[in-house]
Amino acid sequence: MQQIVNFLIRHKTFITFFVLFCFSLFLVIQSHSYHNTKFVNSANWVSGGIYNTSNNIGDYLYLKQYNQQLIQENSYLRKLLLNSGIPIKDSLKDSDSLDRKFKVRPASIIKNSYNKLNNYLLVDKGSSDSIAQDMGVITSKGIVGIIENTSSGYANIQSVLNTYSEINAAIKNTNNFGSLKWNGDDFNVVQLVDVLRSAPIKKGDTIITGGMSSIFPKGILIGTIKDFSLDVSENYYLIDVDLFNDMTTLDQVYILENLNRKEILELENSLDE
Amino acid sequence: MNKTVFINTVNFLVLVLFQVVLFNHINFLGYINPYIYILFIVFFPYNKDNRIFFILCCFILGFCIDIFSDSGGVHAAACLVIGYLRPMMMRFVFGLSYDYYNIKIEKTHFGQRINYLLILILTHHLILFSLEIFSFAHIVLILKKTVFSAIFTLLLCLIFISLFSRRSS
Repeated sequence: MQQIVNFLIRHKTFITFFVLFCFSLFLVIQSHSYHNTKFVNSANWVSGGIYNTSNNIGDYLYLKQYNQQLIQENSYLRKLLLNSGIPIKDSLKDSDSLDRKFKVRPASIIKNSYNKLNNYLLVDKGSSDSIAQDMGVITSKGIVGIIENTSSGYANIQSVLNTYSEINAAIKNTNNFGSLKWNGDDFNVVQLVDVLRSAPIKKGDTIITGGMSSIFPKGILIGTIKDFSLDVSENYYLIDVDLFNDMTTLDQVYILENLNRKEILELENSLDE
Repeated sequence: MNKTVFINTVNFLVLVLFQVVLFNHINFLGYINPYIYILFIVFFPYNKDNRIFFILCCFILGFCIDIFSDSGGVHAAACLVIGYLRPMMMRFVFGLSYDYYNIKIEKTHFGQRINYLLILILTHHLILFSLEIFSFAHIVLILKKTVFSAIFTLLLCLIFISLFSRRSS
């Protein structure tokens, strides 16, 4: 017993080091495991508050750019409104539109990140603004990511620039779909995999969200095909997609809540049992 | 003694704040960021009796950066390792006969200072990026990030050290 105590006292520095090192390794491994809510994240009031303050200062420098973006979006929406010609009460239109199935909430990104393999963003809205896990995040130009952790005032987004991200996507005007991943190389290019070889694709085709998940509605823009090749099995395409969004200058985003998600999940769970 | 505690506390807070607000968002050439917060570990006074306290400080420093950058525990692990290995690195660079208690990084020879910083920074960055990327398939990426970020960090550290020492003298 005496010897054990002596041993512990003699190596107390190493033991402290070792215990703390194991703890940090545990945190690393936990953060690398797929789709786990992380213990340590920036969605807390200290780090959120600091990022919010620094973002408030930085925002003044980009006011002109934001205005430009808003004007563009407004003109696009106005064009849609004027050219639609179909009364909004139309039943066919209704089933496909955003206003009944999805709630849209604006938010602003206060911490951006794009240079790692697993990027997480921070927005200034949290669970007190009814933001919850697995809501989709988009901008007027295209897709951004999915909400992962929330605190009362802040939320973490798993960006599409994250090697664990997997989003259902389709090629516009065909029904060929695949899943959108990222290999970590270039923050302007993501990869669409598992598209059947029979799909008619060419460079420049538009990629949109596929609507097969309960997170994003169908038809949110993602990007255009930059390059494509067949994968190892020669049955599926491996497509490089140029994102419409410039992920380095994100600021104003919209958070989509699927009002039917709970129902869909319950149904899926009941089928599994 | 109180002055040392005060200076190191301020050092800690200022370096963490600068790191998370400014230096984490430089992204030079898309992926190169300096990690200047390790200057805290460089400046922390050497004392043989409170190594445990120093290691705890290193851990908390890394942990703070981790909270801000959503990176699990990679900074904490990297800081812990260099905090633990610091006496060995000092012995290696400055020689056995050196009086570590009175060592001041700004008063060392330029060559020794670069060697010391380089060993510290390279170890830190290698552990940091290996854990962050966490895959052998990306070993080239790990090395690339380590080397380029280390150069950037080293340059900024040297600038900061000379700025700091001029003010104190």
